[in-house]
Amino acid sequence: MSIEIENVTKQFNGFTALNDVSLTIPSGELVALLGPSGCGKTTLLRIIAGLESPDGGQILFNGENTTDRHVRERKVGFVFQHYALFRQMTVFDNVAFGLTVRPRSVRPSKGEIRDRVMGLLKLVQLDFLADRYPAQLSGGQRQRIALARALAVEPRVLLLDEPFGALDAQVRAELRRWLRRLHDEIHVTSVFVTHDQEEALEVADRIVVMNRGRVEQAGTPDQVYDQPANPFVLNFLGNVNLFHGRLQHGGIEPDSRNTVSYVRSHDIEIERTPQDSTALRAEVKHIQKLGPSVRVTLAVAGSGEFIEAELTRDTFQNIGLQQGESVYVRPRQVRTFVEDYQI
Amino acid sequence: MGPMRVMKILKCTKSVLPGFGPTMGYTLLYLSLVVLIPLSALLLKAAGLSWGEFLGAVAAPRVLASYRVTFGAALAAAGINAVFGVLVAWVLVRYPFPGKRLVDALVDLPFALPTAVAGITLATVYSANGWVGRHLEPHGIKVAFTPLGIVVAMTFIGLPFVVRTVQPVIEELDAEIEEAAACLGASRWQTFRRVLFPLLAPSVLTGFALAFARGVGEYGSIIFIAGNMPMVSEITPLIIITKLEQYDYAGATAVATVMLVASFVMLLVINMLQKWSRRYAE
Repeated sequence: MSIEIENVTKQFNGFTALNDVSLTIPSGELVALLGPSGCGKTTLLRIIAGLESPDGGQILFNGENTTDRHVRERKVGFVFQHYALFRQMTVFDNVAFGLTVRPRSVRPSKGEIRDRVMGLLKLVQLDFLADRYPAQLSGGQRQRIALARALAVEPRVLLLDEPFGALDAQVRAELRRWLRRLHDEIHVTSVFVTHDQEEALEVADRIVVMNRGRVEQAGTPDQVYDQPANPFVLNFLGNVNLFHGRLQHGGIEPDSRNTVSYVRSHDIEIERTPQDSTALRAEVKHIQKLGPSVRVTLAVAGSGEFIEAELTRDTFQNIGLQQGESVYVRPRQVRTFVEDYQI
Repeated sequence: MGPMRVMKILKCTKSVLPGFGPTMGYTLLYLSLVVLIPLSALLLKAAGLSWGEFLGAVAAPRVLASYRVTFGAALAAAGINAVFGVLVAWVLVRYPFPGKRLVDALVDLPFALPTAVAGITLATVYSANGWVGRHLEPHGIKVAFTPLGIVVAMTFIGLPFVVRTVQPVIEELDAEIEEAAACLGASRWQTFRRVLFPLLAPSVLTGFALAFARGVGEYGSIIFIAGNMPMVSEITPLIIITKLEQYDYAGATAVATVMLVASFVMLLVINMLQKWSRRYAE
């Protein structure tokens, strides 16, 4: 089931949440809506689900206009950040809910419901919890039950609103790998909202980067990471250093067009002797060890600008950097944008 | 739970939360002075009767009829309040409308109004030539001076209990569970019946129990509207008063004991129901 979003606009009390958004989500893909909070990604997801109606524009499922269809008739599976499980029902009854509320004529028999629910609980690897209540489950288990419940009605699309946002780091990493595998198994068109670029890069087939109610760029993880369309996308996906001017002849040279150069912090090489003319002289100000990587803050000589470089622990030990030391930094990859853009 | 464990918990409580000793002491003292001592005096007085005298006092036909009227009307009124109280609470929480604060304040009025005033007002309004009674009379519905009037009075005084217990629970309902139900294809009615109502049920039961207890104990407002016809619209508290006025103290306490036990058992049952309706919360 493909989803087309055409010129969708939404305002809340004068605040523009979505500003003329158009987007195509191909059938069977797992797509991430990525952006800072308040960028409109959740609003877009809720409009796709039918939980919110757009002020303008339309939503098409497989070419069929569903903008005016009630959420009940859209056949979407929706997974909420805080699970939204029915706490007075057992896990089994939660998953069975979507089937048991069907009109009698299209409702599966008790036995069929039982088989379907147990099948889904096996799929999420929690069939041994069927008789428990949600309050007795951990956060990760609750979210998997919520997913099983959403899948029970055989949705045409699966929508997940920050599905791992309320979980701690380890469970989160585990669940997102699991979601990826699950999607490879069932191939239902899925859209998930996240503000975590790492999560989007790891899980999604395609990433839609949003900001201020607009789509900044849509593409595969490699496309948005390696060929960012604008400084916002570059900045949002990974740590980046920014220089007002062009990096050349061992210095930063401002030009009349307000060119800004961007270098990702792991694209910076630190050396004792300059290899070529692009190297800048800098002083090591601060060293911070972050597990497998080391973040070094340097002050560029004669400009007052600061650079953050990210090295692997090995490289860091090989160079043997000391605080206060004078070194050369050489950007491996520089992207320049002409500043007409506000971040 | 063994006695050792209780000791341990008491000890723990003492060390973590200071003031357990004096507060528990005062609690027991107040409960004794205000509730337990008067009630045991009641039981003692009733115990002075022989078994035959006791039965004669509490099982006379006129007294039995009064039980039926009192408990029946209190149950009916609490039932009405359970339905419409939830409705009022729902409207007050979910929809913005002009005058909402005023309506919210009106709900508490039955708490504050002297019961006699309520009784006289209701009797006037519902009598055959009253504002409301006038329109009911042609349809053969008599409210004032019938058991129906008792239900009306009990409904009036019991309304705030259900509204005030259910209101905060509705306020705390998560909009997401309703959205989840809608996504799964549930209609509004199915969502209410299967998702929302079970979450409200414990508070509805509490409100029902409070309204019921209030109804059973109510005297002031009812005697004005009930007509107080023996065997038809005479409530048990009135029987007790009548016995007292005839200096039949033992008889009065015997009837009072029956009311006490019956109310206690019903509240206990409702409490158990309430616990059952919250079984998922552990």
